[in-house]
Amino acid sequence: MNFKHKYFFLFPGLFVLIGILIFPIIFVVRLSLSGWNSYNPGLDYIGLENYIRLFTDDPRFWESFFRLSFLSVTTVILQYVIGFALAHMVWKDIKFKRFFRVLFLVPMMTTPVIMTVIWRTFFHESLGPVNDLLSVFGVAPKWLTDPVIAKFTVIIVEVWQWTPFMFLLLLAGLLSLPKEPFLAAAIDGASPVRKFIYVTFPLMAPISIGAIIIRLIEASKIMDTVYVLTSGGPGTSTETSSFYIFIKGLREFQMGYAASMSFTYLIIMIISLTIIAKVLTKVLLKE
Amino acid sequence: MNKLYIFLKYFFIVVWTVFVVAPFLWALTTSFKDFQSVNGGVTYIPWVDFEPNLEGWKVLIKSPAKGGVDIIEPYFNSLFVTCTASLISIILGTLSAYALSRYTFKAGFVKNNDITFFFISQRIMPPIVLSIPFFLFLSSINLLDSLTGLIVVYIVLLMPIAVWIMVDFFNKVPREIDETALIDGCNPYQAFLKVVLPNSIPGLIVAGMFCIIFGWIDFFFAFILTFTEVQLLPVKIVALNSSVTPWWSLSASALVSVAPLIIVAFIVERYLSKGNLSGAIK
Repeated sequence: MNFKHKYFFLFPGLFVLIGILIFPIIFVVRLSLSGWNSYNPGLDYIGLENYIRLFTDDPRFWESFFRLSFLSVTTVILQYVIGFALAHMVWKDIKFKRFFRVLFLVPMMTTPVIMTVIWRTFFHESLGPVNDLLSVFGVAPKWLTDPVIAKFTVIIVEVWQWTPFMFLLLLAGLLSLPKEPFLAAAIDGASPVRKFIYVTFPLMAPISIGAIIIRLIEASKIMDTVYVLTSGGPGTSTETSSFYIFIKGLREFQMGYAASMSFTYLIIMIISLTIIAKVLTKVLLKE
Repeated sequence: MNKLYIFLKYFFIVVWTVFVVAPFLWALTTSFKDFQSVNGGVTYIPWVDFEPNLEGWKVLIKSPAKGGVDIIEPYFNSLFVTCTASLISIILGTLSAYALSRYTFKAGFVKNNDITFFFISQRIMPPIVLSIPFFLFLSSINLLDSLTGLIVVYIVLLMPIAVWIMVDFFNKVPREIDETALIDGCNPYQAFLKVVLPNSIPGLIVAGMFCIIFGWIDFFFAFILTFTEVQLLPVKIVALNSSVTPWWSLSASALVSVAPLIIVAFIVERYLSKGNLSGAIK
């Protein structure tokens, strides 16, 4: 085929993306070496001062990062288990199969922050239905104002919102599996449990890895749900990295410091996601 | 054993269904409540627990001056930004995906897979990292608080999705069809437009749907890059939440805002059941 044409196909998209991205990224790095704040806006050069402050004098950033890791890993594991279970259930013939498939997809089509607004009224401590129903048992958890329970509220909302995405990826995977291994298992008279462990799960391993990684990437950005649900509170107990950077950068206008945090955060994300992808590939594909 | 399995299966499905439906039902009933039935203890069933009224829905069409919530303009803003950004992303993304699927690129150690990965890896970028430079940039060229600025940002969010889905899809479209078209005397552009694209409509629809979903549900960039001149729907609803808007009109506006994309769930399911998605989503 002609040599030139391929560039006309590739370049518009590639250059638009690079064009939009390259300056912001260079700018973040440069900004992170400056002391830009609301008193002193400008790109002065202060060397690695911001990074030194970040690594030696800011436990709040690292706490928010570990909190983020906890929240995203927990939600993704829950989403994977529930999503796989749901996909497996509506994979083969059950009554109203298509109805359930649509229903299980619906939450991911709804805007997270708007649903979170509804969840806030849902979990309201005195006027919400959850505590009203729980009052039968004489308990009234403080869903939004207890530092420990608030984390689980965030997890519940995230699981509700994004399990459908996991469900979609896994169901699409299940539907694309070859038929032969299942026929062989049926001829051998394998029980459903054995069939799942020895046939379905290994065949789904590559798709599972893909789905988990995609969800981890998206989950690592948790921020808007938290902002609406608890505003990071009570105290800082549900504050995630993005949210903390947002407060420093766009609320307190410590742009330089926020840039150094966001660049560090980006690097950590890339490294940890690569490691997770490698580990998952090893563990899941070995079986 | 088998009976237990079937029982557990249906039990789990019912529990999950209740969980999925619960917030919608709650919002729907709340939207018909009045002051007493919201603040005087929790009420559930219309006509039994409380007398439903349409106050919550009426404010949606009232002008703000008369106490309405004014979500019509944000609605169209959201629609416009989402559709424009999706369209641009799909066009550019499809072209690039086609190139990456059909031709070989090599520049030093960079090969096709690396370029594809570059596109897709933009999803890894935490929005906060981009938001600070975008905020300063857009304010320096006076595009802060404008629809254009948002569209530019959304292209970064959406093009990776379009490229990701379309590369996979084009890999499944047999090469023979473009080769036949080229032998028949088409130039590469005609072959692409007249032969490959018509055969890729399912992929385009899936990519389009995902772009629209991820554009429509974004809150973060709209929240940071716009203030008062233009407002997108999610930002507007969240603003309502933090003002004194009563629960009934809040619920009504939330329901109206999430409703349109629920149709997308039906389309996605149709493609899923026909087996078209498994090719499009790896």
